[in-house]
Amino acid sequence: MTRLLPFIGFLLLAGLLGFGIWWNTGHDQTAIPSPLINKSAPDFKLPLLYEPTQTISRESMMGKPYLLNVFASWCIECGVEHPVLQAEAPTLGVALVGYNYKDAPDDAKAWLAAHGNPYSVLMTDTSGQTAIDFGVYAAPESFLVDAHGVIRYKHIGPITMDVLNNELKPAIAALQQEPR
Amino acid sequence: MTPELGQIALILALLLAFAQSILPIVGAWKNNSAMMAVARPAAFGQGFFVVMAFVLLVWAFLHFDFSVQYVADNSNLALPWYYRITAVWGAHEGSMLLWIFILNVWTLALALFSRQLPEVFVARVLGVLGIISVGFLAFILFTSDPFGRLLPMPPDGGDLNPVLQDPGMTFHPPVIYMGYVGFSVAFAFSIAALLGGELEQAWVRWARPWTNIAWAFLTCGIVAGSWWAYAELGWGGWWFWDPVENASFMPWLVGTALIHAQAVTEKRGSLRAWTILLSIFAFSLSLLGTFLVRSGVLTSVHSFASDPRRGLFILCFLIFVVGGSLLLYALRAPKVAGGKPFAVVSRESAILVGNLMFTVAAAMVLLGTLFPLIGDALNLGKISVGPPYFGLLFPLLMLPIVLLLPFGPYLRWGKGDPQILKGVMLRALLAAVACAIVAAFFVDGKLKAIAGVGAAVWVTVGVLLYVTKRWREMPRGRRYPAEMAGMLFAHFGVAIFLIGVLLSESLSATSDVRMAPGETQHIGGYDFRFDGVRETQGPNWRADQGTVTVTRGGKPVAVMHPQKRTYTREQIQTESAIDAGVFRDLYVALGEPMDKQHIDGAWALRLYHKPFIRWLWLGGLFMMLGGFVSACDRRFRVRRLANADAPEPVGAVVLSETRA
Repeated sequence: MTRLLPFIGFLLLAGLLGFGIWWNTGHDQTAIPSPLINKSAPDFKLPLLYEPTQTISRESMMGKPYLLNVFASWCIECGVEHPVLQAEAPTLGVALVGYNYKDAPDDAKAWLAAHGNPYSVLMTDTSGQTAIDFGVYAAPESFLVDAHGVIRYKHIGPITMDVLNNELKPAIAALQQEPR
Repeated sequence: MTPELGQIALILALLLAFAQSILPIVGAWKNNSAMMAVARPAAFGQGFFVVMAFVLLVWAFLHFDFSVQYVADNSNLALPWYYRITAVWGAHEGSMLLWIFILNVWTLALALFSRQLPEVFVARVLGVLGIISVGFLAFILFTSDPFGRLLPMPPDGGDLNPVLQDPGMTFHPPVIYMGYVGFSVAFAFSIAALLGGELEQAWVRWARPWTNIAWAFLTCGIVAGSWWAYAELGWGGWWFWDPVENASFMPWLVGTALIHAQAVTEKRGSLRAWTILLSIFAFSLSLLGTFLVRSGVLTSVHSFASDPRRGLFILCFLIFVVGGSLLLYALRAPKVAGGKPFAVVSRESAILVGNLMFTVAAAMVLLGTLFPLIGDALNLGKISVGPPYFGLLFPLLMLPIVLLLPFGPYLRWGKGDPQILKGVMLRALLAAVACAIVAAFFVDGKLKAIAGVGAAVWVTVGVLLYVTKRWREMPRGRRYPAEMAGMLFAHFGVAIFLIGVLLSESLSATSDVRMAPGETQHIGGYDFRFDGVRETQGPNWRADQGTVTVTRGGKPVAVMHPQKRTYTREQIQTESAIDAGVFRDLYVALGEPMDKQHIDGAWALRLYHKPFIRWLWLGGLFMMLGGFVSACDRRFRVRRLANADAPEPVGAVVLSETRA
């Protein structure tokens, strides 16, 4: 019997590895669940891109849900999602808030002038401190924040039509169904 | 046309591998010498076609044949010729071809140097190697074809990963594969012994030089990999407990246990079943490493592009080979077990303790590596363990080994004399404590460094005392047979390694700083003056190259040029500058410019002073040397066995004589 132990141990290991293959076909390894989901969005207070004297904060945004989109002019993937945002922003049903991340304001303005500006509110953070609070590790990232300032959904990487229709819109619809 | 020839060569090799695996094993079972005789010619034929396929892929790279997908993905017109050769194993498909190429190198060597062994045994060994070959050739042909065409042919290709464009890369993969593919030979010997129900342990003596050589290559490969990570990745570290590193380290740990267990089994006949089990484990862990790196089950800094189909294929193969051999072990091991009893204080016991520690350490590393997967399986969420886990448990498990290692040789086989041990241990202890106290004054009382000096002196004194003991007690010419010399080299290597690890870990100084041209930073007694960044040009990259002038007490020490390279396909790679020395390395890596528009301004720099870091690789090289030297021992040359002072007559002597 003891001589069978290595074999039995190996079968367990093989089972685990088989599980690993199966699991990975259904799950994206790079998807890291944000610990911020269903938690209050971190406090922020940032100047607007076009009117740097004015600021917006988590408090001032309370009351209505919004989609916070982290982008930068230096970010190549942001260029990928930009046409999608540009086309679909009006149909989202929530405000699209731009968070310009670690960018020179002039670069950001030039970039938006060239590609269009889908954002209803646009704030800028040259230091990137707020992004750290949000756990952003690469632009673009998007956070759906509800009327109570709670993060309900997060997407890492560009928002494609696929992501928009299959993840983001259902998440927004779920928000809107909730009693206020 | 040539890529298709490569593919045909692989198909022919696969057919020959089938012949090499099935016919000799069936022949050995039915006692049919005609079928057994197929083994060698089939192995030679397979080797010929695999070498041909390999050469054709090299040819395609050298001649910029971008109609081959793999070539187009991993090279371009600007890539220098030597990196076009190393690009052959720069990605998944080609590295599998390298794997099978090296398996064939081992198989050919075995087919050539086994003429003195019994025919039945060789037939089984080559048969088992054939089975492994079948698996990997089929894997290449069905899931990872390096010769797949890309039409229309692009005018220029992509690029070899810049991390791999380094001299270390020409060297590291082939050597590390020589190591862990080499364990297939020890594995094949064990399976052949199980199949044949060998009552003699003679096969262990035949297996020993092969295992030692494979182990030495693996040691060298790990050392090269560690050095390469240190020099190329720009993190200044030398070991990261990354899944891929662990994949090469687990076979090494079990392999180390194996070469010691083989010594026991060969000389005393004991631990036979254990030796067989370790051979199976060592090779299984090599296969497991291949699986982990290529299945995408675990993420790692240097894993290959993953594909679940490939993972599934290797898993099925793993179940067949490892499951099959462990089942065979369960059924047949009682038949081959046996050997002489040994006392609690004996060389066998000492080796057994070391064996257990190495095996447990390998299990610990395996557990840590698979932890993220276990977390997913048990629905515990995302978990992974890193340096805190390994860094705590590994030294704890190695501590008994370091303490025991210099004194194993003093113990006799069977029953040792504790009195001899007391004397030498006392002397080693006194020397270690004395040196540690002296060292304490030089290292600011850092405990890790003091422990490093103490442990290294303990091991060194133990080894040296044994060297003098042999010198006094044995007649000239019999003092240090190769097997023993190798052991002493390797054990001494552990002492050097300990100095390297513990002193560099505790005494290193790092500084991440912003430096404007002309500014100076003071680290570890050295003054690093930043002299600005200029642009420079290489064969297939351009770079921002910094100049850092290092002085000590006003005297010039080194002028260093760290680079930040941008390769042809806009891939960025930091090239750190290292001023190497016996007692310290100076290491400078370039970070980011403070202002991207003005690279001649201030930059972020990372500066290191790393005392004794070379010693850890030097220690590894000594261990490697030990493995090679041991393998040269005359006792292992089967032909001469009749003259050697063998402790007991073995089957090989009789058989080689009757054949002659």
